[in-house]
Amino acid sequence: MKAPAFAYARPATLEAALALLERHGEEAQILAGGQSLMPSLAFRLSAPAILVDINRIAALQGIERQGDDIRIGALTRHAEVERSDIVRADLPLIAAAISHVAHPAIRNRGTFGGSLALADPAAELPACAVALEARLVLASAAGRRTVAARDFFRGLFQTDRRPQEILIEALIPRQRAGQRSVFLELSRRHGDFAVAGIACQADFAAHRLAALRLVVFGSEPYPRLARHAAAAAGAAAPGDLGELVAEALARDLDPIEDQHGGRAMKRHWAQLLARRAMAQLAVA
Amino acid sequence: MIRDDEAATERRITCSVNGERITATVPVRQHLVDFLREELGLTGSHIGCEHGVCGACTLRLDGVPVRGCLILAVQADGAAVETIEGLTESGEIAELQRIFVARNALQCGFCTPGMLITAAELLRRPRPMTRAAIREHVAGNYCRCTGYQAIVDAIAMAIEARLTAETGGGDR
Repeated sequence: MKAPAFAYARPATLEAALALLERHGEEAQILAGGQSLMPSLAFRLSAPAILVDINRIAALQGIERQGDDIRIGALTRHAEVERSDIVRADLPLIAAAISHVAHPAIRNRGTFGGSLALADPAAELPACAVALEARLVLASAAGRRTVAARDFFRGLFQTDRRPQEILIEALIPRQRAGQRSVFLELSRRHGDFAVAGIACQADFAAHRLAALRLVVFGSEPYPRLARHAAAAAGAAAPGDLGELVAEALARDLDPIEDQHGGRAMKRHWAQLLARRAMAQLAVA
Repeated sequence: MIRDDEAATERRITCSVNGERITATVPVRQHLVDFLREELGLTGSHIGCEHGVCGACTLRLDGVPVRGCLILAVQADGAAVETIEGLTESGEIAELQRIFVARNALQCGFCTPGMLITAAELLRRPRPMTRAAIREHVAGNYCRCTGYQAIVDAIAMAIEARLTAETGGGDR
């Protein structure tokens, strides 16, 4: 189908974009990569009065090191993240995840910030942001605030972003010595939406797992840290890690039913991936 | 003249389409493929699903493949658009097209323009690729006739031919 009628503006500065959002509030939708918004317009699931196209705002671009953080500007395309030497060196979890984000033609347009702000339950990057303890910077005409990724995601397509705000960048701590990460995803074909996936990072001290930040996506409504799995990992002997984490993980899960499977199937896949992830962490 | 930060339902755009400078007034809700097909008569970019799943509308925007149905025509303002017509005329993908025909890598042909533009990326910086990696690269382009086998064959042959040409035909 064709998109419904809407008005369109393409401010060249963040200030101008924020002024438009201030004026139009919930009537406005932000157009970044458009790879999810355009389909939702075509399906008439979304009928904004105005699209605020932020693609010309240069300040939202780029990947750079800032102390111990990597700053990824909201408008950075997935393809740029995929090619980035900084991401490959300092954010191996995201480097592993990014080729799972849709297909090449979509990655050429889709943006890092757009994926986080949409909070699609099947999306890879929100799960990575939570596992890596990213901080997300939101701007409005009133000023800026920083929200921990773990507090940003609230539910199915629900985030802490207010209608007048633009998510402008993510600040992600670079992976330190002693940390390892694993990304795993099940999907029908490569690049399709995840049926289930795991993004996790672990801290090791003296060759023992000291902390585990594990996030299940695809089968869950929104990304959050698996607390029972983390507690089990801290207490487990290396040989039992996979079994104990998978068992404990069941208490963290609240799977969503869809065409891929019911709750029991989703739980099974998440636990299966957890066992595989722990095996990979142990040998990494 | 409408200011950039002013809301409008129509806008004047200037872009390059297959090397030709185009100026037009477009409704802002019109996506790029509708503009190319309806206004410019470039019907090589096909509309399949119109929500970014099938890949039939794949074209190049500023040098990289994108889904034409997921870009508004107004967003092409100032950009360079290349369609299957342009890539055919320039000869860039002539060999790939020849191999697609030779290997029967199409039946109805609906997916072919998008498939060719997606596959052409693999020939820009050719390197040996497994069939699995080729399949992964074209996973975003649906074909409902061939079962993909012949398409993967053709792309593999085109990569091979390009690599052979680059190494002067010697053994590798």
